[in-house]
Amino acid sequence: MYKDEALERVRQEREKWEQGGLKKVLSRFPEQKESYENSSGVDVKRVYTPEDIAGTDYVEDLGFPGEYPYTRGVQPTMYRGRFWTMREYAGFATAEESNKRYKYLLEQGQTGLSVAFDLPTQIGYDSDHSLSKGEVGKVGVAIDSLADMEILLDGIPLDKVSTSMTINAPASVLLAMYIGVAEKQGVPLSKLSGTIQNDILKEYVARGTYIFPPAPSMRLITNIFEYCSKEVPDWNTISISGYHIREAGSSAAQEVAFTLSDGIAYVQAAIDAGLNVDNFAPRLSFFFNSHLDFFEEIAKFRAARRLWARIMKDRFGAKKDKSWMLRFHTQTGGSTLTAQQPDNNIVRVALQAMAAVLGGTQSLHTNSRDEALALPTEDSVRIALRTQQIIAYESGATETIDPMAGSYYVESLTNAIEEKAMAYIQQIDEMGGAVKAIEQGYMQREIQDSAYRYQKAVEEGRQVVVGVNQFQIAEPAPEGLLRVDPSVGEQQVKKLQELKARRDNVAVQTALDELTAAAQGDDNLMPYILKAVKAYATLGEICDRLRGVFGEYIAQDML
Amino acid sequence: MEKKLRILIAKPGLDGHDRGAKVIARALRDAGMEVIYTGLRQTPEQIVNAALQEDVDAVGLSCLSGAHNHLFPKVVELLKERGAADILVFGGGVIPDDDIPGLKVAGIREIFTPGTSTESVIEFLRSNAQQ
Amino acid sequence: MLNNNRPAWWEGFLAGDMRSLARAISAAEDQPALAHAALAELGGRLGRAHVVGITGPPGAGKSTLTGRLAQELLSRGFSLGLILVDPSSPFTGGAILGDRLRLPDISGDPRVFVRSMSSRGSMGGLSRATGDAIKLLDAFGKDVILVETVGTGQAETDIVSVADSVVVVAVPGLGDDIQAMKAGILEIADLFIVNKADRDGADKTERELRSMLRLQEQAQGEWDVPVLKTVATSGQGIQEAVDTLRAHYDHSEKSGGLRERRRNRIRMEINDLLGARMLRELRQQMTAADLAAAADRVIVGEITVYQVVDQLWSLFANSAVFILRGV
Repeated sequence: MYKDEALERVRQEREKWEQGGLKKVLSRFPEQKESYENSSGVDVKRVYTPEDIAGTDYVEDLGFPGEYPYTRGVQPTMYRGRFWTMREYAGFATAEESNKRYKYLLEQGQTGLSVAFDLPTQIGYDSDHSLSKGEVGKVGVAIDSLADMEILLDGIPLDKVSTSMTINAPASVLLAMYIGVAEKQGVPLSKLSGTIQNDILKEYVARGTYIFPPAPSMRLITNIFEYCSKEVPDWNTISISGYHIREAGSSAAQEVAFTLSDGIAYVQAAIDAGLNVDNFAPRLSFFFNSHLDFFEEIAKFRAARRLWARIMKDRFGAKKDKSWMLRFHTQTGGSTLTAQQPDNNIVRVALQAMAAVLGGTQSLHTNSRDEALALPTEDSVRIALRTQQIIAYESGATETIDPMAGSYYVESLTNAIEEKAMAYIQQIDEMGGAVKAIEQGYMQREIQDSAYRYQKAVEEGRQVVVGVNQFQIAEPAPEGLLRVDPSVGEQQVKKLQELKARRDNVAVQTALDELTAAAQGDDNLMPYILKAVKAYATLGEICDRLRGVFGEYIAQDML
Repeated sequence: MEKKLRILIAKPGLDGHDRGAKVIARALRDAGMEVIYTGLRQTPEQIVNAALQEDVDAVGLSCLSGAHNHLFPKVVELLKERGAADILVFGGGVIPDDDIPGLKVAGIREIFTPGTSTESVIEFLRSNAQQ
Repeated sequence: MLNNNRPAWWEGFLAGDMRSLARAISAAEDQPALAHAALAELGGRLGRAHVVGITGPPGAGKSTLTGRLAQELLSRGFSLGLILVDPSSPFTGGAILGDRLRLPDISGDPRVFVRSMSSRGSMGGLSRATGDAIKLLDAFGKDVILVETVGTGQAETDIVSVADSVVVVAVPGLGDDIQAMKAGILEIADLFIVNKADRDGADKTERELRSMLRLQEQAQGEWDVPVLKTVATSGQGIQEAVDTLRAHYDHSEKSGGLRERRRNRIRMEINDLLGARMLRELRQQMTAADLAAAADRVIVGEITVYQVVDQLWSLFANSAVFILRGV
């Protein structure tokens, strides 16, 4: 981007500065840290100049928003056309409670829903299962059947509100329930807009809510791709996630690398299942973390977009531009929240949210200040939502697209992260792909090593966590935290009994039997799951049938 | 011969977040202890079985899903039933301060909340987990 | 030998209490003299279990395989002891014992006892305590004892010193695994299992093993070392593997091979115990400071290590004679 003579002049002046003014100051005042390395292992320089991006070509490497390689964003007008979707992840206790919280958030100006399910639901167990004891409604809403889903979405117009559902192993079932509710509302499937997370690979690596082994899980995922490409064309069939990988302790470069590797595996699986890449790729979406290092995060988002665009075009030969676009949702980093001095978290979240916006996210969840301790109260989540609104309406950050472009630091970091991520992806390719890498425990080990290093850095004081290892105060226990009523478990059990008494149990058994037979064959399972769901088969009943055919995954943890 | 401390680190219930448990396991190993890590989705019965067979000095329970009030006391109860009340039980995870007194009454000796250093866990075990 | 100093777990052990067994194994690790005294009294109960050693490189899926073999053995009515060995950290002496979690859930079955043991710095990958733990499980009444080892260093050859049947697990696609297999591994195997046999290269691995086996002489009375294929995660090949293991055990019993192996093991064990005991006694003649001083003298060339040992030995020999002759 710069003429050689100009660069040469910069270099000379820089060396003069290094030997002159800089040297003088350094000899009297050493810098605060001995090494300034970021999470990705990039050595952060004191100062960046045009020299650092001499090899970067504006047109080839940056381009324009909405055009390959999408470094600057996936839409030509970005936030000037429409803000990112503000969607706070929410759900707890019963469908009735969560429905109330969704209505509150929509009233407060949230523009999309994000459903959190409890662990039994995420792992395909009904609320009356022995393993569900103590877990029902705790980390999200308990959904045992279509009946619960109807309550959850009561009064919410599915043709107007897009809904993201954080559900993975049983995603097919929850999607079927969503469709069931839409049909009851009279909304045509072509009008439904939303996302299911549906990313099983990261469950094996970092999140733990798997049910079946990899092969049948991939089958379910590709079934969903195929079904939605025909029936629910505006639905994002997967949210390939890096958020959890980062939360488990990875670096920023690893977050990009492992996520895109998982993405490569899904694309390949779908192609192997006979789907045309341009028929499903436009509906793939991603989910990233927005973590501590402000500029590293912005660079990370840009690097991810450029890298994915190149992978889709060059490696998979996708022809449609929509297939090349990496669209993503972001959540601010939960693991950066502190239990000590919780109001500080508001500041952390604001910075992280800003980084996500400057990184061009399509959708954003901001954490609440009390989330190191409990699920958020109404007041806390309102502040989190206001954080997004203030950035959108007051900060000016949305008035131009990709404002950080051209920064010597950010462009240099974008290049560095892309390079490091590429190296990891190559290594994973050599292992035979993401599934093999996971089987061998490669990703897990890298993440754990990174997590341990970070812990050591915090305990040795090299990484300051404000309020935790420095600037501590003596503080009373926090008050007014959200508590989930422990009777939720019993309420759900009762609901289940009532459901099973009033539904047509013969129809349920028939549907389940048909599903079981189909699971043993090669048919797309979505229609069978839909039938069972509409007959009010429970989530547990459906998943148990699938467990019978597919088996269960036994974790192969490596420590 | 110096007796090595044997510690069971367990993830009871359905919670799949194991970063903390694994970091603690490593730290204890680096402090010279033998750590048996159970992996995810352990029932209280499985945890107690393992604790007995491995003849551990202490059991550490990690739970971030809010199910600790049900699961942790169940482990203590089962250990008592099996005649192993002498095995020290401690815990960590996302546990509100309000719940800690109740857990201690139920027999969990110590709860380590977010922000705890691994050093404090090591110290606690060295001082308390003796047979 | 125990006389009045019976450990607290003695009665429970004899009565079949699980926690007592666990405590006995801990004694083997922490109070070896006590454990040995207990084993001396339990002598009559030893020798009834079928001890199976399972070894192989990391990544071969040994833990999953061990778990599946255990499930199959359980379904055939055998009571089981499992010992899972993991390496200890050479720097801190600590260890993370994570093999247990890879087993399918068999620990709830009262007929199964699973114990994780650290190699406790032993070079061979199996600590002396592991051998004692196996004996305790045997004396406790377990029909089959599965010992899964680290699979690096000398662990593979160490397993021979404790096992009646040795299973070596290979896995296709780990580079030139067969060529890389250390010398000695071919000789110790009673059964080769090619695990993850659904992978590319499984047939090739199987063929290579078979051809290498053909080249080697039959050492032990005509047991043809078989090569089996398994997919431990799905259970494929497991029944055949267990059939083969039990067939090996029967064959060894009938042919006298089992007795011969155990005789060899006992001979080795006597040597080891004797050596360890003598070392302990000898070391009592010399403090750490003495040892350091001797080392310094060797460094400056005043004396050689051989002379140091000779001097120590004559000290010991004299004092031993002293004691024996009751002077």
